[in-house]
Amino acid sequence: MMASLQLFWQQTLAMLWKDIRCELRTRQVWGGMALFALLVLVVFNFAFDLRVNDKVAVAPGALWIAFVFASILGLGRTFAAELEHGSMDRLLICPVDRKAIYCAKLLGNMAFIGVVEIIAVPLFAAAYDLPVLTLGIIPIVLLGTLGIAAIGTLFSAIASNTRAREVLLPLLVFPLIIPVVIGAVRATQELVSPVGDGVPWLGLIIAFDVIFLSVSAVMFQYVVEE
Amino acid sequence: MRVASSPPVTSAGSSPGGILSSGWFRPVRQYGEYVLGGATVIGMLVTIWAALIYSPREVNGDFQRIVYVHVPVAWVAFLAFFVVFCASILFLWRKDERWDRLAWASAEVGVIFTTLTLITGSLWGKAFWGAWWVWDARLTTTLILWFIYVAYLLLRSYTGRSPSGARAAAVLGIIGFIDVPIVYESVNWWNTLHPQQLVVEDQLPAQMLVALLIAVVTFTLLFAFLLIQLYKLYTLKAAAEELRARVESE
Repeated sequence: MMASLQLFWQQTLAMLWKDIRCELRTRQVWGGMALFALLVLVVFNFAFDLRVNDKVAVAPGALWIAFVFASILGLGRTFAAELEHGSMDRLLICPVDRKAIYCAKLLGNMAFIGVVEIIAVPLFAAAYDLPVLTLGIIPIVLLGTLGIAAIGTLFSAIASNTRAREVLLPLLVFPLIIPVVIGAVRATQELVSPVGDGVPWLGLIIAFDVIFLSVSAVMFQYVVEE
Repeated sequence: MRVASSPPVTSAGSSPGGILSSGWFRPVRQYGEYVLGGATVIGMLVTIWAALIYSPREVNGDFQRIVYVHVPVAWVAFLAFFVVFCASILFLWRKDERWDRLAWASAEVGVIFTTLTLITGSLWGKAFWGAWWVWDARLTTTLILWFIYVAYLLLRSYTGRSPSGARAAAVLGIIGFIDVPIVYESVNWWNTLHPQQLVVEDQLPAQMLVALLIAVVTFTLLFAFLLIQLYKLYTLKAAAEELRARVESE
């Protein structure tokens, strides 16, 4: 049992490291995602005039919209390298559990989105002068990203099999992750200016993460099966 | 694993009834849908009578009668997605493509009925609340449900009739349905900051309840009828595709 679990993580980390090394060499995704997230924040600034007094109500939403949009960019590239080099079959022939492939891709996506967030959150805090740079933001961002990536990794595998994958991916992912978006935005708002609505927003995100992480890990094998 | 090994044409062509394929179901298969269709037509006539004449006029006015369409249509929409959910699980488990066709057919009917739910609901809301739309948990969840299953149909149209497309759709059919209660609860909580008008449900007069019940039963019959028709259509399409492939390969 322990041995198989250890093997599972070895395989997962090996595939994760492969993706990260691939990204470090080509630098296709990270830079683009981060720049895009910042652009969304700038556009939001003009769309909603975030200098005014209600910025506390609007800014957390802007931050999460930026994360979600940037995530979609990165998620769409989850299997891009495999598709472009035709190495998907080779990945599937590997004697590894499909769940390990899913976990590796999920962790890779979280790493990509995480880098974007590490850049965007301090800039966001500085640009709008909001006290989000506290320890409290870490679990919100981490759990919110996990929820988005859990659904996103699975559906990026689905969309990558279709013709119009750029169109299809957000249409599949956005409606499903609405609970995460609601929970993350509200939790961030609580952090910025506590209103004490007594709703366990972080608990909502955790419940979502647990449910969809387990369901997606099981479902992934049906999606990549050939 | 029954169908996976046998050629699809025989399974698709010889039994348009599909899932009801064992022997003693033959009369049901042959005449069932006519009986069902006839019952639906009669039920619709009774529903119109019950909704417009039998049930008493509400204090709020006649627009209240739209609930005799709205409630059954919403019920059928959720029922249809529940069928998609079950059929998708069975498809992934048994690898029998007849379950896949059932899921597809049910999703298509479900999207139509969800659209009708949203339209009739917002008509009622305009008359009753004075607004076409409020971001209430039930309305919002229905709207998100609509988005999920329109995406489901889009996915199906992009992937076509391929095994990988069918599996992908089944995954979405399962995940989409699991998501619904979570979406509902999250929107409900989200609403705690924006107090909404609550729908105060008075005790309905018995006659209205009877009319509502008739309408719900009738629309369920209609759903079953449409589902069977679509299912047979997909079965025939699959058979036609198979034949075309066979002719082209020879």
